[in-house]
Formats: sequence, structure tokens, C-alpha cells
Amino acid sequence: MAKITFITTDNKTITLEGTSGSVMQLAVDNSVPGIDGDCGGVCSCATCHVHVAPEHQTKTGEATEIETDMLELNDYANEQSRLCCQIEISDALDGIVLQVAESD
Amino acid sequence: MKKSALPDPFETARNTKGYGEMNDQNDPVTMILGHKDVRKCAHNWKTFQSGATPGRIVVPSEVNIRDTRQIPFEVDPPEHKGYRAIVEPWFKRPLEADYTAALTKQINAIVDEVLTKDAVEVVEGFSLRLQSRALTLLLNTPYEEAETWISWGTHVFRSEGNALDGEKANILYDYIDENISKAIENPGNDLYSMLLKATLDGKKLTREEIKGVVVLTFSGGRDTIVNAVTNAIAYFAEHPKSLLKLKNEPEIACKAVEELIRYFSPLTHMGRVVTGDTEVCEHAVKADSRISLCWASANRDARVFENPNEVILDRKINPHVGFGFSHHNCLGATHARQIMNILVNTLAEKVTSIDIIDYKENIEDLDEFKRKVGYDKLTVKFNGQ
Ligand code: FES
Repeated sequence: MAKITFITTDNKTITLEGTSGSVMQLAVDNSVPGIDGDCGGVCSCATCHVHVAPEHQTKTGEATEIETDMLELNDYANEQSRLCCQIEISDALDGIVLQVAESD
Repeated sequence: MKKSALPDPFETARNTKGYGEMNDQNDPVTMILGHKDVRKCAHNWKTFQSGATPGRIVVPSEVNIRDTRQIPFEVDPPEHKGYRAIVEPWFKRPLEADYTAALTKQINAIVDEVLTKDAVEVVEGFSLRLQSRALTLLLNTPYEEAETWISWGTHVFRSEGNALDGEKANILYDYIDENISKAIENPGNDLYSMLLKATLDGKKLTREEIKGVVVLTFSGGRDTIVNAVTNAIAYFAEHPKSLLKLKNEPEIACKAVEELIRYFSPLTHMGRVVTGDTEVCEHAVKADSRISLCWASANRDARVFENPNEVILDRKINPHVGFGFSHHNCLGATHARQIMNILVNTLAEKVTSIDIIDYKENIEDLDEFKRKVGYDKLTVKFNGQ
């Protein structure tokens, strides 16, 4: 069981608990604003973009090359960016805080 | 080669030069073929513009048959953002439970109906009807309207053989005008009425702007959905095991839909007008010429997709550009995904096999390249469970 906190673009805090699946799915199932997951998690839509605080980055691991390529062209991306459909939920994520990224 | 296969005609050019060239009605187009290049150019709206002369970014060009600017598709940032914000919530309605239920009912009904027949011509007899009925949900107009749209045939601007057809376009324009007038007199809960109420920077949309949104809604999701649905039927006909797989593993439906969209790429490419002399793939492109973002080619790029010419229904990582990329990604994608999702599930549930009786491929002529995009005709027999 991992506690995962989302901070929305209008600064609301939503904490959810998950055991499996992707972080995107958890967010979509609980209607976290700003996480749409349009492509169902195959890394093609970028509607699941979050920023991971530097102190939590070891928990999420690194983005794959395909994910990085996707983020490279995103106007709101920075070094903390991840597509959260590519982050699998496990106990290791417990306590993580994710800022939902802006989008057009 | 299987009848349902959609070969990739771009491979050699993509790997050797990165671009192709076609002459479209004396307004040539440099086609961008690689996945990375396509995404980069799509993102670079300052150099590769959408807000050009209405109809010019479409290939084949529609400048000779229309003046109405399609919105938000033929507008660039920053103006694009305001228009997109008006229509976005409306086009996300397919995610709502009522909408999904109504769409499921429609798709169940049409599948049940074709199961009773000895032969069905899929393009007109299944896909066009399914698309037109589903469009009544997207516009939130009465179900009966679908009959009118079905009678128009598969393309609103083109007649047989892909020739642009101004008269056909006028039928659509008159129809839309009439419906805008009706909504002014008698506002309801339909797309026309929503647009009449909407404001941008404190101002109401003009009639021309409203028309631009509605024309896009009609034309953007017509042959694309017809192709996606028809190609899916052909694919399942030749791969009955995948229907079984989808029946046994319904949780892969989402991935399967993305993969089918990648493989079919129902819209081959979309143009942009170059705003200043520049270069793509070390090839000079001049200001006021056109490029096209070739989604179909990008979606087969072996640098990005393993076994790109195979359909892998549960492909996990699939950064396809079948719905475009960046600001102008497909407005109707939510609706299209929902149609495909429900269709895939319904077929898996009700159909064991499909026999192809007869077919005629629809091959696009892109000068250097000939691309199969779907079928002009596909006659099949659906076998129930
Ligand atoms: S859900 Fe589409 S990229 Fe993550």
C-alpha cells in the first residue's frame, strides 16, 4: 500500500492509496483534475504529466527514452517531469508528492 | 500478404532521406516522414502554420472549394487556445456515463443487426451508419438526423475517386446554416446552441466562426472513423484469434484501440504552411510552401516501434501520432476512442468470426507513394456466437 499525494494546478491536495497499476490509473479512477490519461497509459497523449519533487525522484526511478522524447516537446516540462502512466505503484512510492503539470 | 494488411509505402524514403515530395494541385508538399521530425514540426507552430488560407493545410488542398475557416484547427496559438477551450469540454462528453451508455446501445444494435444478414457491405452498410448515428450523440441532435448524413455518402467534400466536389460541400454548408438558424430561434442542448451561447474575450462567436467549428466536426471525424472501423473489421476477419484474445482479456481493449489506430493511421497526413525559409531533414523548404506531417509514416518508424508492421494488440509503449501531436491533436479523439473501444468489446462479445467475401482497397495517390488507407468496399459475413 502506497500513499500518493497529488497537488493540483489550483493547489488542492489530494491523497490517495494504491496497491497496483499505474499512478495515472489511480488518479483517473479518483478524478484528479488535470490527469486525463486519454491514451489509457501507452505513452502517446501526455495528458498524465506530473512533476516529481527532487527528494522523491529516487522512488519513481528514471523516465525511459520514449517518455523523455515525449516530454522534450512539452512546453511545461522540466527535469522533474514524468508521465505518471509510466510509474507503477508499489510500496516504494509511499509518501510521494506529485505536482500535476500545467497544460494547454 | 493478408487482405487486411496496410503496407507501409514510406519506409525507404523515411530511412534514406526523411522526406518525400508530392505535387498537390500545383501547390507542392514536402512530406515529413520520421517520427521525431513529425513531432518536432507539429510542435513548431511558429514556423509551420495552421492559420493559413482556409483549406490550404489540408492535403489534397481544399482552397478551391471552401472559404470557411475550420476552428480551432485552422487557427494558431495564442488565439487557438481560446477557441479550443470553448469546444474542449463538449468534445470530452463521450467520457460521461450517459453518453457511453447511449453509444453502447447504438453499437450493440448495429452489430446485432448485421449478425442476421448473409452479407454486409461494411463501408456504407456498417461503418458510415455507425459513424453517423454516433455523431448525433456528439452533436446532441435527434437520432433521425443520422439518416440525412448517411445519404450524403462517405465523404463530405469528395465524390467518387477523391475529386474535390464543391457542390457536395454546399449541401453540408446549407444544412449547417439552416441548423444554426433553427438554434437561434429555438435554443436547445445541441452543439449549435452551445456555440451560440459561448463567448471569447467577452464577445459572442460570429456565425462564420460557429460554422467553422461545425464543419470541422462533420468533416474531421467522417472518413477517418469510417476507415478505422472498416479496417478493424477486416483485421478481425483475418485474425479471429485476436477476437478471442479480446474476449478473454477485456482489460487490453484500451491498448488494442491505440495499436489499431497506430497501425491504420486513418488520417495519412496533415499539412502546414511554412512561414519563413527553413530546413527539414537537411532539405531546404521555402517560405509560403507547404510541408505535411505524415502520421502514417511516423507510426511505422522502426526507431520508435518494435516490429512496426505488426499489430500487437497489447503493445505497452505506443507513442503513436495517429491523433496528431501537440496543440492541434485531434479534438474528436475522445469520441473516436470511445467508439473503437465499445466496438472492439462488442465484437469480442458477440462475434466469433468474420468472412471476407469481396473487397476493393482505397489507395491514396501521393505521387511518390501509393498508400492503402482502407477500403472503398468490403463485403463480409459476420458469424455470431
Ligand atoms: S496516459 Fe497517455 S501518456 Fe500517460
